[in-house]
Amino acid sequence: MSDIHTSSSGESHGSVTSYVIGFVLAVILTVLAFAVVATHSLSPSGTILALSVLALVQVLVHLHYFLHMGGGSEQRWNNMCFVFTVGFVAIFIIGTLFVMNNTAIHMMSR
Amino acid sequence: MAHDTTVHAGHDEHHHESPVVFGFWVYLMTDCIIFGSLFATFAVLRNQFNGGPSGHQLFEISGLGIETALLLISSITYGFGMIAAHKNEISKVIGWLALTFLLGLGFVGLEVNEFAHMIHEGAGPDRSAFLSAFFTLVGTHGLHVTCGLIWIVTLIVQLMGTTTIPERMMNKLTCLSLFWHFLDIVWICVFTYVYLASMI
Repeated sequence: MSDIHTSSSGESHGSVTSYVIGFVLAVILTVLAFAVVATHSLSPSGTILALSVLALVQVLVHLHYFLHMGGGSEQRWNNMCFVFTVGFVAIFIIGTLFVMNNTAIHMMSR
Repeated sequence: MAHDTTVHAGHDEHHHESPVVFGFWVYLMTDCIIFGSLFATFAVLRNQFNGGPSGHQLFEISGLGIETALLLISSITYGFGMIAAHKNEISKVIGWLALTFLLGLGFVGLEVNEFAHMIHEGAGPDRSAFLSAFFTLVGTHGLHVTCGLIWIVTLIVQLMGTTTIPERMMNKLTCLSLFWHFLDIVWICVFTYVYLASMI
């Protein structure tokens, strides 16, 4: 039980510097994502790939600088919960896309 | 068992959090699953236009940029509010929360305006499967932001006239902080996969 308590106490609150660093990184990543689309500088599949990488990095930046997630032992339960959810959502989304695509092929609707 | 946890509560006075914050974290994870299922739905239906308008024809990059900027700036203003709260500077906390509220209100206002414009042009949620999925996903996010706005007002009212921030209040502020930053993370996925990916 005590683990559950200390897990939430691992919620550090960050400083002005860490918020500003996170904000600047987020702005750069957002502007890059918009620029990639606005300038049409990459091929369509290349654009999707670039957008995905930029979004993933920005999500990590937000988790680290704004939600203060870290690898500390006091955050173990928060992190386990998070990993479970991310795994679940990944299976859910990939599985849905696979099954629905498969259905579409068999129904010859695509 | 539950009482054992309180023994550890005073071990570090900088850490005000209680199991309440962990409980809220678990709630956010379930919310994450809701958004995950809505994203999966959108991904399946994103090309089912039924002869209606596509995202490419409907979405404007400038409006999207402003919405994104408002939400991102509101994240850092809330963060500054949390820093002020840890220093027990209540008037600053109220100021930062009020600023966050205005930015969030601007975001919701732009989104409602966008929805109204689309529905007026005949591109409402009943037009095609793509638009049904779009309105459900983006609308659910907008509803969450609206709930966050109501929550911010509630906390501002509760903070008014007080001189200290007790642990209970700190927990409320921390939970709202997690909620607000979480919504910004969901918005990253929305503007990337719903809007930008449709504009290529």
